[in-house]
Amino acid sequence: MAAKVEFQVPALRPYPYVPDLVPDSMKGKGPFVAKPDFQTPLGFPGPLVDNWQEVAIEKMGEMLKKYRSLRVYLDVCVRCGACTDKCHYFLGTRDPKNMPVARQDLLRQVYRRYFTLAGKFFPKLVGAKDLTKDVLDDWYNYFHQCSQCRRCSVFCPYGIDTADISMAAREIMDSIGLGQKYCNEIIGKVYKIGNNLGLPEPALRNTLEGLEEDIQTDIGVPVRFPIDEEGADILLVTPSADFFAEPHIDGLIGYAKVFHQAGMSWTLSSYASEAGNFGMFIGSYENMRQISLRIRKAALDLKVKRIVFGECGHAWRVAYSFLNTLAGPFDFLDPKYPVPQHICEVTLDLIKRGALKLDKTANDHRRITFHDSCNVARGSRMGDKPGGQFFIPREVIKASCNFFYDMPADTIHDQTFCCGGGGGLLTDDLIELRVKGALPRIEALKHVVDTHSVTNMASICAICKSQFTKVLPYYGFKMDMIVSVHQLVSTAIVL
Amino acid sequence: MATIEIDGKTIDVDEEGYLVNLSDWTDKVAEMFAGQDNLKMTDSHLEVIKFLREYYDEYQIAPAVRVLTKAIGKKLGPEKGNSKYLYDLFPYGPAKQACRYAGLPKPTGCV
Repeated sequence: MAAKVEFQVPALRPYPYVPDLVPDSMKGKGPFVAKPDFQTPLGFPGPLVDNWQEVAIEKMGEMLKKYRSLRVYLDVCVRCGACTDKCHYFLGTRDPKNMPVARQDLLRQVYRRYFTLAGKFFPKLVGAKDLTKDVLDDWYNYFHQCSQCRRCSVFCPYGIDTADISMAAREIMDSIGLGQKYCNEIIGKVYKIGNNLGLPEPALRNTLEGLEEDIQTDIGVPVRFPIDEEGADILLVTPSADFFAEPHIDGLIGYAKVFHQAGMSWTLSSYASEAGNFGMFIGSYENMRQISLRIRKAALDLKVKRIVFGECGHAWRVAYSFLNTLAGPFDFLDPKYPVPQHICEVTLDLIKRGALKLDKTANDHRRITFHDSCNVARGSRMGDKPGGQFFIPREVIKASCNFFYDMPADTIHDQTFCCGGGGGLLTDDLIELRVKGALPRIEALKHVVDTHSVTNMASICAICKSQFTKVLPYYGFKMDMIVSVHQLVSTAIVL
Repeated sequence: MATIEIDGKTIDVDEEGYLVNLSDWTDKVAEMFAGQDNLKMTDSHLEVIKFLREYYDEYQIAPAVRVLTKAIGKKLGPEKGNSKYLYDLFPYGPAKQACRYAGLPKPTGCV
């Protein structure tokens, strides 16, 4: 007979899974390089300048002076290894250079060689290396295998921010004419047309009119999608994917229905028709500022009182953490409201005040889990309480759905796994990396599918939504398993 | 610059296989692109491609997936006005694959 115990015996868990290494499994040329035409509008040279080595080292020196944090991150790593198995790209690809410490070392070895005494005189003793073409190739390849999700930083006892190091590396590469096509072409489109998609104003208006017609036909209610309406109270800034892709557009319909039922006056802007800010992905403060200033100009021109952001992960990090520094002060807005506000905050506040009529049973065909997007989870907050970025979207979901189940605790909140497509990697030329990088998240999803019959995963990030639409089928799940949080609100709301 | 050959004419394509000049497009370009993906062009594919090109002429961008499904539904009947129909025709996604066959630039951004 087993001994009687006064406490609960912990359940046995599967032994922590750390994959075998496959060196160089993701060695390659990296994503497509930006043509000079995509570099010029951002203030970068192109193609690769002749004296690239000299320029790169000079740029690194400049950045070390400007950002003390970068020097600290490069100096303080003690190689404890806590980060090694925390990266979704490492777990999915098994390439040792995708261990966060190894990725950082690609930059650190060059830093040591040119900026530390020991590295200058005894390079071999301290792992310092010359900046050769091989090293540059590794930079381009492996710094485009980091989605800047910062999960590793949560576990680093010194708080080294790997995302900052990846951003710095990309900024150095841009400064020598080695930019990434995907990010830099997109930033150019924001400057030229106003959004990442390159959606011109007439097309945007046509799309919005179409949505008004659809809702009128579906439920017989004249829900509006106002654009450039001067004097509206709220400027809604949302990712342009919300005007184009699925399930994003169902989220946009949700925001409009919420504003409609609450009787709020709002508008979109054709000038600032993009919440996303790829300036952050390439580590370029100047480009991040230029993109942010468009939002300020739109708010001033339209004479709004509040700025609300739609469902976009990195946009929210830039908005919440940097907008005031980049484009402030926003003293012309109504001081009663936070600047900026997230659409989930607005919706939850309305729900709590009883201003929205929600019929949860309308979502009874769905059993939901929530994917915390990395830039929201680890790069920002939401509302006025710690952890708001975790509970606010969940409370919105729970107010709209009867069935909600979280994924395992070490894969959500600040320990959330990236979707695998963040940080400027959501491009077809990186599809292998995207599929492999999604593995840890999808394993966690499978767990709640198996244990709670979850049917859908909700998200508040345009990149996450597009990434999952693409990669879920690789793992045997349906692409429309991923939904927008405000799509759930849209289903439940009774107008 | 990568190129393709059609009827003795050399046509420029970018590194992702999209046409560089929209005016180079013919039915044969669409057929060749489909062949590269082991797909066979049918009238159903061409109907979608024709709509994409018309929309692009007017708005300088491909239509949202929702706009496309609605237009196809209106033209070809409600049973075809859904994204399943479009994904059956263009398994890599109507936005990107159909745009490529139609000779339009690739939609960029978080899509």
